Amino acid sequence: MKFSFASVLSNALGGNAAWPAQWRSPEPKASYDAVIVGAGGHGLATAYYMAKERGLTNVAVIEKGWLGGGNTGRNTTIIRSNYLWEESEAIYEHAMGLWQELSTELNYNVMYSARGVMMLAHDRHDVETFKRHVHANRLAGIDNEWISAGEAKAFCPPLDVSPTLRFPVVGAALQRCGGVARHDAVAWGYARAASAMGVDIVQNCAVTGIRRDPSGAVAGVETSKGFIGAKKVGVVAAGHTSTVMAMAGVRMPLESYPLQALVSEPVKPFMPCVVMSNKIHAYMSQSDKGELVIGAGTDAYTSYSQRGALHISEHTLEAICELFPAVRRLRMLRNWGGIVDVTPDRSPIIGRTPVAGLFVNCGWGTGGFKATPGSGHVFAHTLATGEPHPIAAPFSLDRFRTGRLIDEAAAAAVAH
Amino acid sequence: MLLIRCPYCATERPEIEFRHGGQAHVARPADPSAVDDAAWSEYLFFRDNPKGVAAERWRHVHGCGRFFNCLRDTVSDRILATYPAGAPRPTLGAEGAR
Amino acid sequence: MTAGRSFRLASGGLVARDAPLRFSFDGADYEGLAGDTLASALLANGVRLAGRSFKYHRPRGIVAAGSEEPNALVELGAVGRREPDTRATTAELFDGLSARSQNRWPSLRFDAMAVNSLFAPLLGAGFYYKTFMWPASFWERLYEPLIRRAAGLGRIAEARDPDRYETVHDHCDVLVVGAGPAGIAAALAAARAGAKTILVEEDFVAGGRLVADRREIDGVGGAEFARAAQAELAGLPNARVLVRTALFGAYDHGEYGAVERVTDHLADPPPFAVRQRLRRIFAKRCIVAAGAIERPLPFGDNDRPGVMLAGAVRAYLNRYAVTPGTRAVVFADNDDAARTLADLALAGVEVAAHVDPRPGAAARLTAASGVATRAIEGVVTRALGRLAVTGAASVDAAGAAWRVDCDLIAVSGGWTPSAHLTTHLGGKPAWREDIGAFAPGALPPGMAVAGAAAGDFGLADALTGGWAAGARAAQDLGFAPPPPREPKVDPDAPARASTLRVHPGARGKVFVDLQNDVTTGDVALARREGFRRPEHLKRYTTLGMATDQGKTSGPLGLAELAALEGREVSDLAPTTWRPPFTPVAIGALAGAHVGPDLQPTRLPPAHAVAVEMGAVFVPAGPWLRAQYYPQGAESGWLEAADAEVRAVRAAAGVCDVSTLGKFEVAGADAAAFLDFAFANPVGALAPGRVRYGLLLRDDGMAMDDGTVARLAPHRFVVTSSSVGGPAAHLHFDFQRQARKPDLDVRIENVTSQWAQFSVAGPRARDAIARVLDPAFDVSDAAFPYLAAGEARLAGGEPARLFRLSYSGERAYEIATPAQWGAGLFRALVAACEELGGRAYGLEALNVMRIEKGHVAGSEIDGRTTPRDLGLDKFVAKKKDFVGRAMLSRPTLLDPARPSLVGLRSVEPDARIVAGAHLLAEGAPFDARHDLGHVTTFGHSPTLGRWIALALVKDGAARIGTRLRAVEPLRGHDALCEVVAPAQFDPEGSRLHG
Repeated sequence: MKFSFASVLSNALGGNAAWPAQWRSPEPKASYDAVIVGAGGHGLATAYYMAKERGLTNVAVIEKGWLGGGNTGRNTTIIRSNYLWEESEAIYEHAMGLWQELSTELNYNVMYSARGVMMLAHDRHDVETFKRHVHANRLAGIDNEWISAGEAKAFCPPLDVSPTLRFPVVGAALQRCGGVARHDAVAWGYARAASAMGVDIVQNCAVTGIRRDPSGAVAGVETSKGFIGAKKVGVVAAGHTSTVMAMAGVRMPLESYPLQALVSEPVKPFMPCVVMSNKIHAYMSQSDKGELVIGAGTDAYTSYSQRGALHISEHTLEAICELFPAVRRLRMLRNWGGIVDVTPDRSPIIGRTPVAGLFVNCGWGTGGFKATPGSGHVFAHTLATGEPHPIAAPFSLDRFRTGRLIDEAAAAAVAH
Repeated sequence: MLLIRCPYCATERPEIEFRHGGQAHVARPADPSAVDDAAWSEYLFFRDNPKGVAAERWRHVHGCGRFFNCLRDTVSDRILATYPAGAPRPTLGAEGAR
Repeated sequence: MTAGRSFRLASGGLVARDAPLRFSFDGADYEGLAGDTLASALLANGVRLAGRSFKYHRPRGIVAAGSEEPNALVELGAVGRREPDTRATTAELFDGLSARSQNRWPSLRFDAMAVNSLFAPLLGAGFYYKTFMWPASFWERLYEPLIRRAAGLGRIAEARDPDRYETVHDHCDVLVVGAGPAGIAAALAAARAGAKTILVEEDFVAGGRLVADRREIDGVGGAEFARAAQAELAGLPNARVLVRTALFGAYDHGEYGAVERVTDHLADPPPFAVRQRLRRIFAKRCIVAAGAIERPLPFGDNDRPGVMLAGAVRAYLNRYAVTPGTRAVVFADNDDAARTLADLALAGVEVAAHVDPRPGAAARLTAASGVATRAIEGVVTRALGRLAVTGAASVDAAGAAWRVDCDLIAVSGGWTPSAHLTTHLGGKPAWREDIGAFAPGALPPGMAVAGAAAGDFGLADALTGGWAAGARAAQDLGFAPPPPREPKVDPDAPARASTLRVHPGARGKVFVDLQNDVTTGDVALARREGFRRPEHLKRYTTLGMATDQGKTSGPLGLAELAALEGREVSDLAPTTWRPPFTPVAIGALAGAHVGPDLQPTRLPPAHAVAVEMGAVFVPAGPWLRAQYYPQGAESGWLEAADAEVRAVRAAAGVCDVSTLGKFEVAGADAAAFLDFAFANPVGALAPGRVRYGLLLRDDGMAMDDGTVARLAPHRFVVTSSSVGGPAAHLHFDFQRQARKPDLDVRIENVTSQWAQFSVAGPRARDAIARVLDPAFDVSDAAFPYLAAGEARLAGGEPARLFRLSYSGERAYEIATPAQWGAGLFRALVAACEELGGRAYGLEALNVMRIEKGHVAGSEIDGRTTPRDLGLDKFVAKKKDFVGRAMLSRPTLLDPARPSLVGLRSVEPDARIVAGAHLLAEGAPFDARHDLGHVTTFGHSPTLGRWIALALVKDGAARIGTRLRAVEPLRGHDALCEVVAPAQFDPEGSRLHG
């Protein structure tokens, strides 16, 4: 059933009794052309674009838990594309283009809201770095601008820009087309659209092994619901990628860290945009429901515990109180953690692996949500053709051998 | 807050006195010139990242300043053992076997 | 209308009748008593309409008597102290309290947005996912702003919160959470055994159900028992009772988070008192005695003001001596109803009917309680009335419909153990068939549960269970346990348990989640659409995501979903509870780390002298450094820095470089160690000499640079950059401990122990000579370029002298222990000024290093190799060192990699700016024609131009050509000459000048 105001109206008159399930819940078939491991936003988007653009519908997305239950449903939903390197600019800008029309494309309102993402600069080093970003983005035709502290205040009135702050705001990089979207709706929208085209989404189905044929190529996956044959397996398992890839004997340049986020009690509109401060690890926006959505930096050690330490969120809230002094009496309502897979150069890995037929899309670290449509789109190409999409080619696993890193963090290989 | 026993100071202290240092027992190749790019890449970038017991390096940065190793269950975050750098990875009894 | 008359009982309750308190709600003045909450005081004044719901703006009253309250949320305070979404049921009354209702316009009684109710069929679960998509541009311009304005509850503060917060750390053997009967018993047992015990209670009165119900223990009333226990614990040196302290989270390794409301209940807080205190409690054992939360029963319009949890009704009657109504219907499916009936009757509230769906239960309990009322075996199908309950419609087992006039419906669907804290570390609640509810499952190490939280709903069981848990915890920790205790209590039967399930028969709009307006229809719709897992249901409908965190709605939602699915509730997994258990003020979590205390600022030893001199400062990492020292009419950084550079190049200048990372490296193998840690051959340095030092990361990228001086055969002094100090320290320690553990070498970070100054310029030697012990020979013969040695200042203080130059001039760096730093700086400034020079800051330092082509943090950005930076000439060819192996990877040798060049503007005034990109003349401004970027820039008074360093593709090959430095935002487009990095005095003749 197509979603529209008319369908909402006619269903309302019918007591809302006729709405069908948004996706099928089939048992897995014995085999598929391709199996995608992980029904988060990236995995579901991959399946959607395989079906939509490649006509490949004999595809299953298998999920250990429930669809959208991992990082897709745990992140702070920030969308932007103002990365430094050409390769990163290309993939995030590719995603940015897809976000613009995603609700219409999926016939599902993902509430993409381009309210602007402002990254605060606090000292001269920030200023020089951000300006370099802005100029590089402009060269690549990507929206990003440098604004003064006063302009930042005008764009986001609750922000404190007084020069006496411990970390005063001295300016900001602003991407006006950046913003937020409703994270759950992204997973649901892709699931609904993919399912309608014939993709099987199998929840509660944990991968327990990756079977390989005598040539060493992938033959399928062992799961808690039995063996599922597939010549192509795409692993899109975020923080659990190392574990899944180990089933095929493939080691990964990944470490899994907890990343915390929290929301406040809902209040009337207060924050008109997204504000990020990398220097003091604070990220904040306000959801349409009214909750302030606040993100922290990663916790200090690797973990799969899917929770974080109290002192990490405290530290973030100290920074938030500094920048937004009006929030101190507001209350934190929920605090949770996701598990993010981090690569040495903080850029993703998309493409082939040493095992024939086994593909991987991982390493999105703390910033995967914004890439969801682009990531799924290029990975669908890779799974369909066996060759990397041109945009994804630089993000090969092989780059760690050649040294052709895409170093967004300038922190590669500090061995301690 | 993890409570970590520093094997040198012989006392249990809160995590904020320490700094996590990644996977332990990653040995730098003894003769770097004899090692190819793939092996160096493995040494520098590829990690076990286990879901379960991990051997990892910590430094008692706000204490004695020394590096030591630790066995921690990355699912429960329970610490099973800490031991001086250079000592072999301890074998765990039934409790740590999971 | 009920307002105007008093609903306070003539006697009883824990309220101080001699302490009346004035307060206001929505501008109307009322009076309450000390001991009231805002909720009980409102009820005492007959105010039952307290708020409006989130989506449909339906009128809402008070449902509960504690932190599980979903409806009665109010706004307190004003301006910076404005506090939204506060539960009236936990807000302790004080004189002058002023509260306002939320989410209504123009008034609480008449709310225009209630029109939303009419469109409820359109606004069902997830309606916004299905519409507002066309046209796309309307989402942000029209639909979203409308939705945002309608959503949200209260209003955030208008200004900075003037109050203070703090964090404290508590350590104990046994932490007991909840001062109800089980918690009190546990704390007494542990404390009497000698264990260091902390008992925390979120309420301002200890006792839990002991103060809400009429109970008797060993011959005394429950409230008296609680008071006596609290007094006993307060008198023990090893025990503490913290009331007004909500334990909100369980964290790793026995850490618990609690927030104490210190002054929220005071009309006039003492000056300097903190408002709230975050307590991080580290406990060896924790006993969760957090009680249980009563479940509502679903029926039509079950959200009307006057529908109240039965346990809350009893709390208002017994603890606050307030009657929440005059004529009540009791609707329950458990035997606890007998207490409700008896308490209502005792308070003089007429009980119009007792409704219970269980066969024979209504008649049995009515008889047992001795209350004269109508017993109906059936269910309440809907509440009547709009702004307040006026009656209840009911249907009995025979199918007969009843209508009963009433203004209060007391409901109870049984109790769910409060298991939240047991799941914060990943535990899952487990279904308990015997109590018909989810209860704590596997517990984290060191945690136990007792009392109702453990599913022991009886008072005797709670007391013995709590005692046993406290004794066990103490015994585990080596304390001799106290003897078991067998308290005598009034009979508990009939029991409180009833199984979580849906009793069919509800009519109309039935609310599952009151605050978020989620109805049974929404649950059914979500399920129909495939949201069949509790987590999906929660996210699609928002059930359980309101500020009460689903305390009452969660179990109801599960029961509803199970009924629709035709499954047992026990087959479903409840959604995950996350910290905090109750919402916690963000200010309390941030604690005292606000303003300048957010992070420490490091100041060099001579900072005060620079302040006296009127320096302008700039943050550099954690340090505050002098950017420039304006003199006379110099109006800004450019004029001052120009003058400072000229002074250095013409005479002598002094710059505070105390912030450099400084390390002493000593031991028989110190030279061998440094040879491994640095990329250049520093180990071969002769004693009394200093040289440049380059540090690489393992992946071959430059990490930092500095100097290495050999003061004695086995003693070196090493510096790093200022911001890179901590990383360099970590690097040295790691290499020594992990990679070279067998070497005899010790490393000490002495950054803060030494003040250090750079003195540069043609007259630098004269300036240095004026501060040194005259006996020290600074002649070029005795102390040539790159000499290093120990010296004494004129006053005899120890010093170290290095002949190093960053500026390209004859220059010295002189160091002295920090306590003499200010004096030395003062003396050096005086010496330079006498010689026609002056102090110079970071800005001038930067200009001169650009003139000389020296790299710093803007070039060593973690992505550049020694080759990129023109430093490959320093890199040792033979030895092994950190980062060596990766340097030869083809990618790092690619000639197209950007490499370091110098730039100077062709037109003297054409400004080159930071981050500008470099393009060939005439090339279009796009990524394909991008050749590189400017890393740092400055104005060179020496060259009379804007100059810069840049990283440019094929850099060396472009020297002598021209490029444009383009900054697209403000249109800077400077034509530049590409030159070698060292633009000024490339031969280095001035080093000896």
